[in-house]
Amino acid sequence: MTVLDTELRPAEPSRAIVFWRRYRRNRAALLGLFIFAIVVLMALTAGFVDPGDPLRRAGDPLTAPFVDMSVPLGTDQLGRDILSGLFYGARISLLVGVVATLVAIAIGVIIGALAGYFGGWVDDVLMRVTEAFQTIPNFVLLLTLVAILGSKIEWITLAIGIVSWTAPARMVRAEFMSLRNREFVDAARNLGVSNTSLIFREILPNALPPIIVYASVIMALSILLESALAFLGLGDPNYASWGNMIGQGRAVLRTAWYCAAIPGIAIVLTVLSFSLLGEGLNDALNPRQKQ
Amino acid sequence: MSDQSPILEIRDLKIALPEGSDRPFALDGLNLTVKPGEIVCMVGESGSGKSLSAGAIMRLLPEPHVHVAGGSISFLGDDILAKTDREMKQIRGNRISMIFQEPMTALNPQKTVGWQIDEVLKLHMEGNRAARRKHAIEMLNRVHIPDPESAYNAYPHQISGGQRQRVMIAMALSLSPKLVIADEPTTALDVTTQLQILKLIRELQQEDGAGVLFITHDFGVVAEIADHVIVLRQGEVVEQGAADQVLNHPQHPYTQALIASVPDLAPPPPKPVSTLPVVLKGTGLKKTFAAKGGLLSGKRKAVTAVKDLSFELHQGETLGVVGESGSGKTTVSRLVTRLLEADAGAVDVDGKDLLACSPSELRGMRKHIQMVFQDPMASLNPRKRVVDLIAQGPIVHGEDPEKARARARELLELVELSPAAANRFPHEFSGGQRQRIGIARALAMEPKVIVADEPVSALDVSVQAQVLKLLADLRDRMNLSLLFVTHDLRVAAQLCDCIIVMQKGEIVEAGVTAEVFADPKHPYTRNLLSSIPGRHWTPPVRNTDAA
Repeated sequence: MTVLDTELRPAEPSRAIVFWRRYRRNRAALLGLFIFAIVVLMALTAGFVDPGDPLRRAGDPLTAPFVDMSVPLGTDQLGRDILSGLFYGARISLLVGVVATLVAIAIGVIIGALAGYFGGWVDDVLMRVTEAFQTIPNFVLLLTLVAILGSKIEWITLAIGIVSWTAPARMVRAEFMSLRNREFVDAARNLGVSNTSLIFREILPNALPPIIVYASVIMALSILLESALAFLGLGDPNYASWGNMIGQGRAVLRTAWYCAAIPGIAIVLTVLSFSLLGEGLNDALNPRQKQ
Repeated sequence: MSDQSPILEIRDLKIALPEGSDRPFALDGLNLTVKPGEIVCMVGESGSGKSLSAGAIMRLLPEPHVHVAGGSISFLGDDILAKTDREMKQIRGNRISMIFQEPMTALNPQKTVGWQIDEVLKLHMEGNRAARRKHAIEMLNRVHIPDPESAYNAYPHQISGGQRQRVMIAMALSLSPKLVIADEPTTALDVTTQLQILKLIRELQQEDGAGVLFITHDFGVVAEIADHVIVLRQGEVVEQGAADQVLNHPQHPYTQALIASVPDLAPPPPKPVSTLPVVLKGTGLKKTFAAKGGLLSGKRKAVTAVKDLSFELHQGETLGVVGESGSGKTTVSRLVTRLLEADAGAVDVDGKDLLACSPSELRGMRKHIQMVFQDPMASLNPRKRVVDLIAQGPIVHGEDPEKARARARELLELVELSPAAANRFPHEFSGGQRQRIGIARALAMEPKVIVADEPVSALDVSVQAQVLKLLADLRDRMNLSLLFVTHDLRVAAQLCDCIIVMQKGEIVEAGVTAEVFADPKHPYTRNLLSSIPGRHWTPPVRNTDAA
């Protein structure tokens, strides 16, 4: 006898559990998550580890690491504590990474969604603007913006967001172009759903997974951009940032290599963790994978 | 014929699936014999393991995840499973060949037809280029391709779907294989083309005396072509025997149920409809797809999808729109729901012209005309729970969300789904269940008209029968008016009171279904009706309830 097709399959575990199971399978991604957690922890505990200003003098200038236990990772040429610089720098790096990424993704999603959803002349205009941005090298544009806006940390973050939105915009546009012709969009439109709801409630959630994965790449790039700015001495001098530390350590690179190397390692590890995190997210959000 | 030694003999074949699949074996204990000059049909619904058996014979299983776990396959007395890869290469294409379902994807779009046939010939045939070319053109001639010389130099996209399948057949038969495996070769084709291809396969196979293993889900096709039938369910053979025996005297209850699910060709008795009010009226609808040219590429020719179409749908009536692909029937369903903008014409829903509405009026009007879509997976937003999917429409139209969700749960019961389904996501359901959800979503708006665009074409035949029964049931109980778009005349015969037959964007015939089927006036309609696979076969008396 034919089985009635109305019998339900057993319920599947919730999305979050499936997500975690898939993520967990990638060892490297777990390592990425671990390093990321440490960086977050450093940012959160900076105030406890070293209350006070990380830019104040904490010991003799150019103390080597592991010599004086009050400054375990040594000091730079102005006697500033490198360890506390690392902790406070984590705040700046995360702040820049997260906020600049949000700015870039927000601009990218809006422009990409409008271009992909409406097509036609809207698409033409928005894509020409995007191309105009893409033709200017990122870092040159960033330098120009910082020169105009000034080097306060807020402006730097915004400027990094503004130079990074083109790639997500193109990605969102491609996703929207393929999703807008799917039947479920027609189905929702046929229910009388408005364009705004169609874009943000129907299509966008389905377009998100690749965007989330790409966000981790932007985050890594933002941190690098901020460090590069600081290295050139264009960072915000009022904050301890890893890029600032490397920039100043450069002057004493031959005599006290650790001044530049320690924050350099921090940047490498953080960027690596984002990249691994992105890979894990890709695995976990890719629907072709089994749970 | 019976004393000839078999070409293919499969004994107790078992194919193991990877751990964690829904069952341990894709195929469990398959026995089958193909004799020279015989067409063996393997029938089953999706997931029955029929395509994997073809993979096993060709030794093309996705090993090691899916592998042969037991049994034997012998081809002309040789054990296929013991062959090395090198030996298999000599057999594939040369002595066993395969015809695939989708001729567009099975052919390389970058190469000419001739190049692709030549590639097969180069591997297995002696002789120089000119000889191979001669042979290839001869093969194209044998599959009745008009002007084989020019087809030889054509790219796959330059010839029609039916011709592509002919090319595939020419390729498959060019080396006179002993065994041809045809995996749903006509599923992607229109009925009239399907019939021609079936005839062609029959004809060529009789000339060459090859054995054919024909995989299909369609009992109509089985009735058309099979000598011997094997019915598979979930990897197990439930019944096999001579075609006549299985089709007309099925023994196993599953076979009986499957055959009972094949929609009957007898249309329903005509209803006295003309007195009822008209709920949906299309007048002079027209749609041309202007192929947009780029700045530099110049304009391409515009395609007229629908020209001057008019129809009336009365309260409580089902109007079928039938035609082959490219006839514009799907465009009609999008025009009357205004998912596509028509170039000219009017669609009156309940006395108001939908096409003249402003965007905000249109959103209000949408609740009167709802749609059930073809692909039940694609038409449900994968990120939403079922209850929200069904309640979405009423909420958009200002219903209280709590009430709308309560109503959604009632609707689930109406379409015979457990209320437990409400909090799940669409991917957790089977195709038929998803289509039920789609129907519930359309019903939630309490529409005056439901437009159904091929709502059962993506479903297995037994599920199809259940969904059709549900639709017919709901229509009668709730006095719904349906505009039913389909390519399947059997389905149309089951459900539609009146039909419109479309060809190339125009109505060639319209009328009460029973009359059109009994006495088709237009040659195109006659051609369509005479192409229905298995039209001479009347399924045996239904002693089991299909649903």
